Amino acid sequence: MLRALSRALAAQQSLLALPQLVQQQAAPAAALAAAALAAASSSWRQRLPSAWRPYSAAAEKSGETISVTFKDEKDGSEKVVQAPLGKSLLEVAHENGVELEGACEGSLACSTCHVIVEDQEFYDKLPEADDDENDMLDLAFGLTDTSRLGCQIIASKDLDGLVVRIPSATRNMAVDGFRPKPH
Amino acid sequence: MLPRLGGALLRPLAARSFAAAAAAASGGPHFCIVGSGPAGFYTADKLLKKFGDGARVDIVEALPTPFGLVRSGVAPDHADTKNVINQFTQLARDPRLAFLGNVRVGRDVSLPELRAHYNAVVLCYGAESDRRLGVPGEDLPGVFSAREFVWWYNGHPAYRDLPLDLSRTRRVAIAGLGNVAVDCARVLLKQADDLAGTDICSHAVEQLRNSAVQEVHLLGRRGPVQAAFTPKELRELLSLEGVQVHMNPEDFQLSSACEAEMKATRMKKRVYEILQKAMAGPPRQGAKSLFIHFLRTPAEVVEVEGRVGQMRIEKTRLEPNEKGGDQKARGTGEYETIPADLVLKSIGFKSVGIPGVAFDKRRGVISNKLGQVYAEGGESFDPGLYVCGWLKRGPSGIIGTNLVDAEQTVDTMTQTQDSFRRVEAATPGAAGLRQLLESRGVQVVSFLGWERVDAEEVRRGAALGKPRDKLTDVQEMLQLAAAA
Repeated sequence: MLRALSRALAAQQSLLALPQLVQQQAAPAAALAAAALAAASSSWRQRLPSAWRPYSAAAEKSGETISVTFKDEKDGSEKVVQAPLGKSLLEVAHENGVELEGACEGSLACSTCHVIVEDQEFYDKLPEADDDENDMLDLAFGLTDTSRLGCQIIASKDLDGLVVRIPSATRNMAVDGFRPKPH
Repeated sequence: MLPRLGGALLRPLAARSFAAAAAAASGGPHFCIVGSGPAGFYTADKLLKKFGDGARVDIVEALPTPFGLVRSGVAPDHADTKNVINQFTQLARDPRLAFLGNVRVGRDVSLPELRAHYNAVVLCYGAESDRRLGVPGEDLPGVFSAREFVWWYNGHPAYRDLPLDLSRTRRVAIAGLGNVAVDCARVLLKQADDLAGTDICSHAVEQLRNSAVQEVHLLGRRGPVQAAFTPKELRELLSLEGVQVHMNPEDFQLSSACEAEMKATRMKKRVYEILQKAMAGPPRQGAKSLFIHFLRTPAEVVEVEGRVGQMRIEKTRLEPNEKGGDQKARGTGEYETIPADLVLKSIGFKSVGIPGVAFDKRRGVISNKLGQVYAEGGESFDPGLYVCGWLKRGPSGIIGTNLVDAEQTVDTMTQTQDSFRRVEAATPGAAGLRQLLESRGVQVVSFLGWERVDAEEVRRGAALGKPRDKLTDVQEMLQLAAAA
């Protein structure tokens, strides 16, 4: 009876997303092996396979940089840094001591590097977020209309002067599901 | 995160009255975290950043292996989600942090004994039990919680011998429409070869290769708008190779209330679009079938020859909630029966309380305000006792949610640090705790000990073409951890 009621479905996975998926699946084995072998002193970030870095090495070699401002809502601090063309904001943050989390190391499997682009004009200049990024943004804390993942914003010339906010998790906000006790 | 870079930036914010006073006397506050999952590690990270160089953080873990649900919960084919282990490992190597594995609070050491060694304790031990369906037949052989099934394929030592025989299982019913249910369905329907190269346990691969599973039925009490799965997981499930997908178009006739609910959040809108697009597309071919039954609730697990054979389900309809909030599913009195050789209950994890600590039975969490634990039966707080993660807010959210949660608990700790307890034990912190545990014959597994287990898992995995082959026997882990 259930069968009679039911109806079959089609795959609707975008073909465009495939190369990325393949890349993501190939990487973890290498990362885990690297993690196991790495000495305690080396930073895990430096061990990221280069395949994960979505930037163009050629652009980086040009040595050109743009100015990017990180505003941390947690403590109100502001940091202006020079971002080499081609690098992601997540990388730029980490290279400059800006506290932006990156739990999945830029592999589009978490939303911890969520940033809010302050200026709509800059937001509109960014290439549109794809399904994979939107899937993660859906789970981001304090999502806004100009939210993006830091690992997906790549420094380019037209982004010079970009200002992003790192949303504060706790500032006057309760964590999901938390309800204060009545007393 | 970023112990070196971030630490330097944040430390000036840290030292305040208590920390300063304590630093002068004994070198800073001693914290203990119970549980080494994401809530535990993120709390450790935030504590070290807030309380600076003098602080000490010890993480006590019941298993010899760290990382909680990152190891035993995250699906084996979602390897990228586990990358956070690298960050936690880096943190664990901070000289201010100690890992004490194979120590279960309540078994090896009581909570009061533990607390005597620390200025403050943060409970982060998550949810080790399950919500019940509350229907007849729920305890029949062949009925498990999704948590048990997940812990089985992910190699939790207590569940490696789950009495499961997939070679005799043709139809599976899964109650629940969240990501855990989706993970279970995907593992059961996916080609075994596609899982064999992940860190899924070898015992699970063996069973999946011989699996007779033809049909998986997902059951949700409410409709497509209320389903709790997220777009990524759903899209993945609906595009499995060789799997037909069946849904009932009637379930997609939305009321105005559902329409409004769907449009209110971006994620629900996207989930609905994915489901609808799948409904409208051409039929998928395959030998296996996935059925998604919305608006159906389990009414009874029916016994056939001493074990589960069928699931009786009741049709529901959505009604407004008089108390406000989400619409409720109400039974219509119309029943259907689906055959099922295996039933997985995926309707939510449940935390277990700990004697002497205030527990909110209704919500299944430790009674707390922004992470500070209430005294038992009182309106005041239990000084120096805090909570984070699922145990604090209930079993929902993703790994990253714990980052937010840890920030909140540690903020609360910073604000209430004057109420931290004095250390009563003669030797504070991990040193004193180790003495006590050793006197009881408990083998404490250090982070170095875990790294020996880890290296062995990676070594065995390499031979099988997997990132690791998990060890599931505690005795074997203890031997490896102890090896010099």
